[in-house]
Amino acid sequence: MADQGSYRPLSYFQLMEISLRELLVEKGIVTDEQVDATVEDMRNRTPERGAKVVARAWVDAGFKQRLLENGTKACEELGLDVPALKLLAVENTPQVHNAIVCTLCSCYPRMLLGIPPEWYKSRNYRSRMVREPRAVLAEFGLQIPEATQIRVHDSTADMRYIVLPMRPAGTEGWSEERLATLVNRDSMIGVALAKGPND
Amino acid sequence: MSEARFKPGERVKVMEAYPLGHVRTPYYIRGCTGTVERICGAFPNPEELAQMRDGLPKLPLYRVRFRQKEVWPDYRGNEDDVLEVEIFQHWLEPAEEGNDGRPR
Repeated sequence: MADQGSYRPLSYFQLMEISLRELLVEKGIVTDEQVDATVEDMRNRTPERGAKVVARAWVDAGFKQRLLENGTKACEELGLDVPALKLLAVENTPQVHNAIVCTLCSCYPRMLLGIPPEWYKSRNYRSRMVREPRAVLAEFGLQIPEATQIRVHDSTADMRYIVLPMRPAGTEGWSEERLATLVNRDSMIGVALAKGPND
Repeated sequence: MSEARFKPGERVKVMEAYPLGHVRTPYYIRGCTGTVERICGAFPNPEELAQMRDGLPKLPLYRVRFRQKEVWPDYRGNEDDVLEVEIFQHWLEPAEEGNDGRPR
């Protein structure tokens, strides 16, 4: 028998996507090139973008101030295109820990973090993060001291949020590029801390 | 756009209404009282956009800060833990004196 390779029948949603896309192209509403370019653009959006923003804020107090005041404008300085008025950066300090959720669907700062992880869209995370954030964060391995205030941001409408994690100790004198390697996706959602210099 | 009716720092109550359709005010926060943290600007009304209408005039959008203990009476954690939710102006009303159990 001939090798069947990795053939799998299309799923319902794959079939629906192909049908819709072909129909839109056939009717001249979009072109194949436009679809490819958009997919390519989405693929290029990864958490490294957000990490770049965080690392800059760690080394440049003026930038951090501008980021907290107007996230969109500050990102423009780094050549990152973020829709106007939409980005709110929230800063973690020893007194305050921020975390992001979208209880209604899966609103996420895609322009800086790319496509949201599966758990972010899960009913479990969405319903419990606003109800018992300390327990949820503990499940992520993050114990927030009792004295630290937790601020959970429910991204219900037009704003998008990024958490500015605390700069890890022991990174004095590090370059911006090196610092960016410590900033992982989860730390910008607020379910983790930035990595330490020895992690 | 409609004018902003509330200022940062003001106490507001989320309306306890249950209309049909696409609504961006989560169930759990309806009827709760909080404090305006900031005005985010004005955006088209999502309830109208969902009906394929233009959503104009734009409506002021607020970020309202709620104390977890007031949202969930059995909340476990720091007394100061808060929840911040974006809420459109037409879902907010002034908090009546004394109806939120907090001293002024």
